[in-house]
Amino acid sequence: MIYFDNSATTKPYEEVVDSFVKVSTEYFGNPSSLHNIGGKAEQLLTQARSQVARLLNVKDSEIYFTSGGTESNNLAIKGTALMYRGRGRHIISTTIEHPSVTEAINQLEQLGFEVTFVPVDSDGRVDAKEIEKAIRHDTILVSVMHINNEVGTIQPIKEIGTMLKEYPKILFHVDHVQGAGKVPINFYDCGIDLCTISGHKFHGLKGTGALFIRDGIRISPLLSGGNQELNTRSGTENVAGIVAMAKALRLTIQKRETGIHQMEVIKDILRDELEKIDGVKVHTPKEGSAPYILNFSVRGFRAEVFVHALEEQDIYVSTTSACSSKKKSPSKTLIAMGLPEEEANSAIRISLSFENTMEEAVYAADKIKQTIKQLGEVMN
Amino acid sequence: MERIYLDHAATSPMHPKVIEAVVNVMNSNFGNPSSIHSFGREARLLVDEARDILAKSIGAKRNEIIFTSGGTEADNLALIGIAEAYKSNGKHIISTEIEHHAVLNTCKELENRGYEVTYLPVDETGKVSVDDLKKNLRDDTILVSVMFGNNEVGTLQPIKEIGKVLAEHHAVFHTDAVQAYGLEKINVNEAGIDLLSVSAHKINGPKGIGFLYIRDGIKLLPRIFGGEQERKRRAGTENVASIVGFKEAVIISQQEMHARREKYREWKNVLIKKLQVEEIDFRINGSLENAMPHVINISFPGTNVEAMLVNMDLSGIAVSSGSACTAGSVDPSHVLVAMFGKDSARIRNSIRFSFGLNNTTEQIEKAALETAKIVKRMTNK
Repeated sequence: MIYFDNSATTKPYEEVVDSFVKVSTEYFGNPSSLHNIGGKAEQLLTQARSQVARLLNVKDSEIYFTSGGTESNNLAIKGTALMYRGRGRHIISTTIEHPSVTEAINQLEQLGFEVTFVPVDSDGRVDAKEIEKAIRHDTILVSVMHINNEVGTIQPIKEIGTMLKEYPKILFHVDHVQGAGKVPINFYDCGIDLCTISGHKFHGLKGTGALFIRDGIRISPLLSGGNQELNTRSGTENVAGIVAMAKALRLTIQKRETGIHQMEVIKDILRDELEKIDGVKVHTPKEGSAPYILNFSVRGFRAEVFVHALEEQDIYVSTTSACSSKKKSPSKTLIAMGLPEEEANSAIRISLSFENTMEEAVYAADKIKQTIKQLGEVMN
Repeated sequence: MERIYLDHAATSPMHPKVIEAVVNVMNSNFGNPSSIHSFGREARLLVDEARDILAKSIGAKRNEIIFTSGGTEADNLALIGIAEAYKSNGKHIISTEIEHHAVLNTCKELENRGYEVTYLPVDETGKVSVDDLKKNLRDDTILVSVMFGNNEVGTLQPIKEIGKVLAEHHAVFHTDAVQAYGLEKINVNEAGIDLLSVSAHKINGPKGIGFLYIRDGIKLLPRIFGGEQERKRRAGTENVASIVGFKEAVIISQQEMHARREKYREWKNVLIKKLQVEEIDFRINGSLENAMPHVINISFPGTNVEAMLVNMDLSGIAVSSGSACTAGSVDPSHVLVAMFGKDSARIRNSIRFSFGLNNTTEQIEKAALETAKIVKRMTNK
């Protein structure tokens, strides 16, 4: 079995599951409880917060736990827009964001906010200068993803953040869900005010995530209740899941040190092999893309057909992002990059983890070749 | 020292079978339910199976269940989602003074948005009056939110009667059943409930997962936007492992409901008898007859709650002053204030005991004895 769909979700590391079990069994208390059992749970929560903060090079007080990337993105965007609407009602984002950003912004539009979605070039990259051109006197928020989930293009976060330092009233949110642990960024250097991560994208558990909120920034909460997470996110903390996420982040960052080179090699092998195949077009740019995402089209085949054909070979890839793959619409990112709809409809995404091997890459490339040939024969 | 955990209303340990189920999914079915390949399809199937079982447990249909990150999110989604969806019919909401903060603070948020909220008072047992509700219903009332059973004193609310009243009114009926679910039989159709919130970690399931029941045909504006999960009403990759753990916890709690109810009722008697034998001065806050079996709130005249909690904790007994979710504060409980007024001594000398998994009769006896000792010490008897 070759699992090449790690941008949709990852298999939790064994140690992560162990942590979850240990905390669930031995420290099941509610961190808000005043007694010893609650106190121990609170202690673990504090430690996990410190660990995540340390791994991301930020302060403990800047980490807020949520139920995942979608909630973090919603909280960041709506929470700041509602808090700072007195300053203005204009938001800037891009045409290639994850639906949890786009849809949150669309909701704000219905509440009277105005939005500029800045387009990307043919590599799927937004230009910091284009973002700057879109700035108005009433712009309050810029939200740009770090690594595009569909094609893997790395966005010029540092350039955008540096440019935005000239506009101190504009907040900068980065959806770091695909990058966390694998393509690190320094939040402070990049001038990031809010940053989203999701546990299950780096071998943590589903239902866990965090939002970095730079000290001094206030946001309007999405959930009201017991005032947990410094009044920013109510609800009993998922202590076991949070501890497991901290562990997953640490392990991913560790594995990166030794595994990043191999990952790049694997991606290169796949790219080279794919490019040799007649009718295949690789969409992920050669330069400036994440070492674990490879997006390509096979001319003449609908993506779903191809995904299922590979599945029969026990190779798991995806059409576009999992969150939109139920829809039959073509990849939003590829359309934004200027690709014709037919190509966007046949796009396949391979996404790697540090667990994938060179052998898997060679084997998969071979099977992809065979599958294209076989499908081609059936269709002709 | 043996620790005795009598704070199951704050959170409960996961049942070993739940942990096993969760771990199984984490290891073997880690796919994203939205993926079209077999990993995704298997995960989707698990989510659907769980949804079926949860739905059946309250007499609902599968498509009427929305998974959330917990009770707080379910309450927020219910109140704001309904208020925003029905605001063209009016902006009046009725709730009670004794709701959980997830409801109360959401009501405050709605007040900030221009809604008007009537908070119904309760009697000395912590129960709202159906007549009061009737008197306060207006043409522009769009939502009534009354909790099923109170988390601090255990009092059951007249949910069926409220359901009947609202059958003749256009207002939507929400109940926060976080504390009652699993120990009280709930049928949303018989009770006329339109929305109902549940949290897994109160019934030996995982933290970070809950559900909102919403009756077919009722409009709800989503709160968390993104992918098209949960029929576009709650975006975000489904927490498959926890959902399966939740299912397991529901199966167990439904099977054991009757036996647990009997046991917990008996434990209340054990606790009371022991305190009586020890000649402790105490009063039950709420009602023994009209209450959930696992929650009992007791006032000990002459003590103060902070010192009580510290001493009980030192004796290895974990109890609480009220809701854990008042995040670490020992402000007087709003529930007790609603029942007895802000000047009553009872709001500063009351302790909540709540029973659950792994408790034994011996533990209850021991806890009662330790409580008696501490009360005696504090009241110089």
